[in-house]
Amino acid sequence: MKRILTGVALAAALLLSGCGGDDSSTPTSAGSASGVSGNLTVLAAASLTESFNQIGKDFETANPGVKVTFSYAGSSALAQQITSGAPADVFAAASPATMKTVTDAGDANGEATVFVKNQLVIAVAKGNPKGIKGLSDLTNPSLKVALCAEQVPCGAAAKKALAAANVKVTPVTLEQDVKAALSKVKLGEVDAALVYRTDAKAAAADVEGIEFPESSGAINDYPIVALKSAPNPSAAAAFVAYVQSGPALDVLVDAGFQKP
Amino acid sequence: MTLDAHLVVTRPGFTLDLALTAEAGEVVALLGPNGAGKTTALRALAGLTALDDGHVTLDGVRLDGEPPEHRRIGVVFQDYLLFPHLTALDNVAFGPRCRRVPRREARETAREWLMRVGLAEHVRKKPRQLSGGQAQRVALARALAAEPKLLLLDEPLAALDARTRLDTRAALRGHLASFPGATVLVTHDPLDALMLADRLVIVEDGRIVQSGDAAEITARPRTDYVARLVGLNLYRGRADGTTVRLPDGFSLVTAVPQEGGVFVAFPPSAVSLFAARPEGSPRNTWPATVTSVSRHGDALRIELTGPIQLAADVTPAAAVQLSLEPGREVWATVKATEATAYPA
Amino acid sequence: MPPALAIPAIAGLVFLVLPLFGLLWRAPWSTLPERLAEPGILAALRLSLLTATLATAVSLVLGVPLAWVLARTEFPGRRFVRALVTVPLVLPPVVGGVALLLVFGRRGLLGGWLDSTFGVSLPFTTAGVVVAEAFVAMPFLVISVEGALRGADSRYEEAAATLGAGRWTAFRRVTLPLIAPGVAAGGVLCWARALGEFGATITFAGNFPGRTQTMPLAVYLALEQDVDAAIVLSLLLLVVSVVILAALRDKWVAA
Repeated sequence: MKRILTGVALAAALLLSGCGGDDSSTPTSAGSASGVSGNLTVLAAASLTESFNQIGKDFETANPGVKVTFSYAGSSALAQQITSGAPADVFAAASPATMKTVTDAGDANGEATVFVKNQLVIAVAKGNPKGIKGLSDLTNPSLKVALCAEQVPCGAAAKKALAAANVKVTPVTLEQDVKAALSKVKLGEVDAALVYRTDAKAAAADVEGIEFPESSGAINDYPIVALKSAPNPSAAAAFVAYVQSGPALDVLVDAGFQKP
Repeated sequence: MTLDAHLVVTRPGFTLDLALTAEAGEVVALLGPNGAGKTTALRALAGLTALDDGHVTLDGVRLDGEPPEHRRIGVVFQDYLLFPHLTALDNVAFGPRCRRVPRREARETAREWLMRVGLAEHVRKKPRQLSGGQAQRVALARALAAEPKLLLLDEPLAALDARTRLDTRAALRGHLASFPGATVLVTHDPLDALMLADRLVIVEDGRIVQSGDAAEITARPRTDYVARLVGLNLYRGRADGTTVRLPDGFSLVTAVPQEGGVFVAFPPSAVSLFAARPEGSPRNTWPATVTSVSRHGDALRIELTGPIQLAADVTPAAAVQLSLEPGREVWATVKATEATAYPA
Repeated sequence: MPPALAIPAIAGLVFLVLPLFGLLWRAPWSTLPERLAEPGILAALRLSLLTATLATAVSLVLGVPLAWVLARTEFPGRRFVRALVTVPLVLPPVVGGVALLLVFGRRGLLGGWLDSTFGVSLPFTTAGVVVAEAFVAMPFLVISVEGALRGADSRYEEAAATLGAGRWTAFRRVTLPLIAPGVAAGGVLCWARALGEFGATITFAGNFPGRTQTMPLAVYLALEQDVDAAIVLSLLLLVVSVVILAALRDKWVAA
């Protein structure tokens, strides 16, 4: 019964994240250079979507016997799935606190490692029509500002940064995740939102990211860990190591992350 | 309050085409078999079914372009259609209320109407608490309280059991007599038509086949349907003096001479049956075979085949004596004086 | 009872009821009182009840006439319009929320005009929550009322017409009372759907405590951090809605 339920949960997660495996990758074949093969399931924070898709492809090229499947969602939702027994090999979270719920539950294989950092920027419409330069501009009552809800990592980071800057912002909405906050900027419903630099960069076609100094007071660490119940432990370990290697870090930095 | 209408409604495989008039105070019955188009005619008059051609004129005013609510044509529906959520009183007050009569006044009018139809005790009842006969009277009161210029009744007694029907028919006759406007009544029951109507219009297959008062229709039917309704044997042929030649070559002799196309009618009671060919007088004598025997009032109705289809009424004693049963071969006679011929 | 019906029936019941037992089983009973007393919970509950009720009112005012048009009139493309009405039923509510933004948002089809002409801006407001909930819930009412209208004998309306009632009077005084049970059932269904609405609301109206954060939104965000809090909120929503629905059912729908 439990297996069926977790299967349903995972299927739901895959549906929600809106992407399955990458069909263009090479098919699995036994025996590869590094000795890892088979299917690998990675649960990763939504903000890692673009980078991890690329890293996954590179990893499959380097290990022809491996087929990587990603499930992206909010870190907390993923942690919830893992502690409920979802079968997965690797978990990459957007906050140490979320990772802690997994390691505390004894579902991680060893200690989690921080592989990148992310920091907040002010996302504004392309061209910055309201001329926003820093956090203090967000106190202007005629501006509509979206923040993430405190319960999710980007909201916690925003709260921390605003406290550090001693700026009081009255948002019109507390969005459920960073992508939702960003899409409010894209749709023009709000004038600014505090989002991760990576998210602003991924949406560069519509959105501009304004750096602000206080963001260093609220840097977000991204930890990764192989899971204890991993069906494919050797591939899990290999993937965790690969994510921390030079080529993978290059991809991540390109996306706007910082090295730890 | 004179109705002058020509109703044309076309449906796949069916066309209703009838001209209809009714004077103020007159009750006209549309009588015909099921599916003849009587109800369609009624709906077309009320404006519930659109005309494809023709007109509806009431007191010289064209109504066929008007919606039902502007026609002032009252309808008593076959199943009454009393509003189930309203009391008898509010059902009857509905018409006056629609004419913007204040609530209190409308209810007073309704109460008077219910009293007039003998339901003063039942004003507070919902339709489901009323018997069939009471519901019929509420429906009549509801239609009349709206002060229509023309009243339409669709099979007003069909939903009632035989006993209630008798009482209700008599009461309805009284109410129709005191209604100043014209009334058109649809029925398939000849008794209702004869009892309630001043004039009968026989409708078959969407067309008028015969019309006239009760005496005329019962004496001189012009279709098999009417003949059956009024209980006559009816034949059509060509007369040459007192001899009428039917299409299949058989001849009947009548008392009064006619020329050309005629109907010949005689009642089943005018037929006599014999075991052997009778001697002497009757000129209309032919061999026939019994096809069925059924009860008909005090007599037995014998259906016969032979050169012509025929119904005969005989006493039970005669039936026993002749041992009448299906397949029995007998001789039938009709006196020439009993056979009436009239122009077709 | 034939086993071919009884067994799936019981399985179906268990399937529907078991998750409720899951909530009851995991509920943090010992800390329940102080959790319920937390500020914000009551505000979210009040907002949920208020917006669901307003959304139902909006749905009744607009949906009943729409159902009447669909059931009682004939016009070219009626079947197509009917299909359009049911679109919110199949549309993922989040997409519904985005679609609403595209129309009523600041840069939306009508939103800009509404803002500049009337100074009305729906996103991030309680009115926006009502709009999102009505969008998702109204089809339930329309379908239900249309079914009731088709089941009702339209000849009563004809009878009313022969008594001098225009179509509006006939609708108000005859049709509406006749289909009252269907309207009530549709209203209850609509209200329940609005109460549970999440996706369209959070997308269109955002999430702000006391203004747009309804119970389902509060539950979702609580789930990010504290499962127990989410369970408490869910139980509260469940109890309140079951009590209200049971009361309404006895009063209106049972007949």
